[in-house]
Amino acid sequence: MDTLLAVRARGITKSFGDVVALDGVDLDVTPGQIHGLVGPNGAGKTTLLGLLLGLAVADSGSLDILGTPVGRTLDAPDGVAGFVDGPGLYPSLTARQNLAALAALRGDDARTTAIDDALAQVGLTDVADERARGFSLGMRQRLGLAAALLTKPRLLVLDEPSNGLDPAGKKHVHGVLTRLATDGTGVVLSSHRMDDVEALCSDVTLLATGRVVFSGPLSKLADEEQELDYRIRTSDAPAARQLAAETPGIRLVDDAGVRHDAQVLLVRALVPALDELMVRLVQAGVAVRELSPLVSPLEAAFLALTEPEEAGR
Amino acid sequence: MTAALTHAQARGAGARRASVARCYRFELVKLVSQWRIRLLVLACWIVPALFVAGVSQQSTLPVDTLFGRWMHATGWAGPLVVLGFAGTWALPLLTSVVAGDVFAAEDRLGTWRHLLVAVRSPRRIFAGKAFASLTVLLLLVAGLACSSAAGGVVAVGNQPLVGLDGHLLTPADAAVKVLLAWVCVLAPTLALAGIGLLGSVALGRSPMGLLLPVLVALAMQLAQMMPLPVAVRLALPSYAFIAWNGLFTGPAQLAPLLIGTGVSLAWAVLATALAYLLFLRRDFTNLSDDGSGRRAVTAGVLPLIGLVAVTVAVLTTSITATATATGSGIGQEKVQSSVATAFAHLYRMQTEQLHRPAVTEDRLRATATCNKGGLQVAAQGPGNDWRCVVSWHLPGVQAAGQAIYQLDVTPDGRFMADGDGPKEVNGYFLVRTPEGDTPNPLWQFDGNVELLSTPKG
Ligand SMILES: Nc1ncnc2c1ncn2[C@@H]1O[C@H](COP(=O)(O)OP(=O)(O)OP(=O)(O)O)[C@@H](O)[C@H]1O
Ligand SMILES: [Mg+2]
Repeated sequence: MDTLLAVRARGITKSFGDVVALDGVDLDVTPGQIHGLVGPNGAGKTTLLGLLLGLAVADSGSLDILGTPVGRTLDAPDGVAGFVDGPGLYPSLTARQNLAALAALRGDDARTTAIDDALAQVGLTDVADERARGFSLGMRQRLGLAAALLTKPRLLVLDEPSNGLDPAGKKHVHGVLTRLATDGTGVVLSSHRMDDVEALCSDVTLLATGRVVFSGPLSKLADEEQELDYRIRTSDAPAARQLAAETPGIRLVDDAGVRHDAQVLLVRALVPALDELMVRLVQAGVAVRELSPLVSPLEAAFLALTEPEEAGR
Repeated sequence: MTAALTHAQARGAGARRASVARCYRFELVKLVSQWRIRLLVLACWIVPALFVAGVSQQSTLPVDTLFGRWMHATGWAGPLVVLGFAGTWALPLLTSVVAGDVFAAEDRLGTWRHLLVAVRSPRRIFAGKAFASLTVLLLLVAGLACSSAAGGVVAVGNQPLVGLDGHLLTPADAAVKVLLAWVCVLAPTLALAGIGLLGSVALGRSPMGLLLPVLVALAMQLAQMMPLPVAVRLALPSYAFIAWNGLFTGPAQLAPLLIGTGVSLAWAVLATALAYLLFLRRDFTNLSDDGSGRRAVTAGVLPLIGLVAVTVAVLTTSITATATATGSGIGQEKVQSSVATAFAHLYRMQTEQLHRPAVTEDRLRATATCNKGGLQVAAQGPGNDWRCVVSWHLPGVQAAGQAIYQLDVTPDGRFMADGDGPKEVNGYFLVRTPEGDTPNPLWQFDGNVELLSTPKG
């Protein structure tokens, strides 16, 4: 019933003096979608997320957030939460006090159950009563996420949330984000961790020097007509190597002694050729134990789209 | 379309912003959670009591500070001594630590964006911060006042207080005046707090922002020590830190007090308004930019200089209108009448100590003849070369009594009179009474000259 987009940006431009940080950026985020924002350093990710949070106003272009047009004044619509450039925490307050103060600020008077729940969701229950002063980077990130959760946002904006997270923290954060999205919250996050983006996001937008170079579902990126490197681990490496050499469209890649794992084969191929090789391997009685792209499709696309001159290495 | 629009409007209108009251509470929680603030609160509520009680037990008293010489006599001198100290350094320091840091703290912690997202209104953030720092400041000042009064009354007692012109204030009267004096000092404290907010907004993370109230207070104290015209002296908010002295004279010297308070409040309002405007203009998108800059600094300083200029102009015209010299405000006749009044009050006190027949100030008809330096020099202005001869009459005694005082008159109108003989009147610091030796009230005494008043006869 609600066809309103969580974010609808058209032709957003923002410059800082001579630096054009965003140049005609379009962005659509539907409710319930986890949207990844990737791009090299200085691409404008933080700037774009800041606009979504109402921390700055675009020079031109239109921006609707949760169906409300954002005006020319600094004022984020209700229902948006998140942080850019690291979460803001008060070191003299404990984790719980940080959240309680924030909740009280918004008028939801310190409902301890909600606070406990938010802390539990990000896995900070054990340190809830310790001062944020001593928190590590990962703990701060998690507490920042908990603070955002507390406001029950319909649009969550996170700038590099996976910075400094250990595997357990990553699991917590991914779980939280997935749950939120399932409940219909739109999530926009930037990240330099391609594996995170691939694991979490259904859609990505690739930014390079303020311009959108790709925007759409992740699957579309992987389908792109591009040869990728794959790692293949088989039960019989010499036989596999032989078969690979005979299969059209497959090139063996010399990993110049980087990894002396005799069981592993590195090949470069398009998806159809790779399919053919798999069939041949199995027919020849060679078991395939592992098949994985050496560089993820997203990472490959990232490199190809943002550094075109290096793509043909 | 229409439906979508109203939907959107409803959402926009329903956007929940944190109210000022909530911002205030949030800021208060943040302030009070700091160890620095907690320690200060504790110190302000405990240290003055210990200080007053301790000093009152000493044999040497801080006679350089006003009312210090009466600390053995009554508990109400203690809070006034503390008030004197507080005006010079404690209050500027407290405002620095509290108001000078409320905005800069967010820069240090990098929490501006977080706060903006949570509150959604820079105006409310400002209001919350200003009120919260004001609250903490009031708590600290209240601590200084209550603690020092309690320390004095418990350690010395609830006795009458000798006023600045020697007249005796009943304990109840003294209590009220002490309270009033502390309340009056709130005005210049607020002015410094406004400057603190301004520094915190305009100078960002730089330590200058934190130190600004202290530096401004220091500069103004230095200015008060210079021989400035009265109009300039009163146009600086720091004058209000001493204007409470006028509460403790016979008819209270209200004019300087009211002017000082008014000037201070004007400073507080202007500085806070400037801080507010600078704050609203600030760009929060850039974390490395803490809003400081030469333009911000000039925008903050120029209007305050303008305020001083306007106040000086207004005061100059109104003071000349009441026919007072625009000079130092310290003239021969005023010094003479001040010294004579104080002497008469204190002579009566000494008479009572010695169990002599009671006299009243009227019957004493005390007069003083004062001159300054050599006879060539006109007797006016501050200096430690004032010399007064006090004459008085005792009922039934033909010859007039005479005593000599050396006066040190400071530019703010305060003076200390040092008895120079004869020995039995004011030459010795003790008088022999039937109960034993007690301090001689006539040996040395403090007084002041009202800078604004017109000399009478
Ligand atoms: N407040 C500002 N003032 C001036 N220039 C800015 C400001 N904020 C961003 N920029 C510039 O805009 C560009 C985009 O910056 P932004 O922080 O959005 O990049 P980013 O994609 O988040 O980079 P990173 O991956 O390093 O976080 C950069 O060239 C940066 O120098
Ligand atoms: Mg960034």
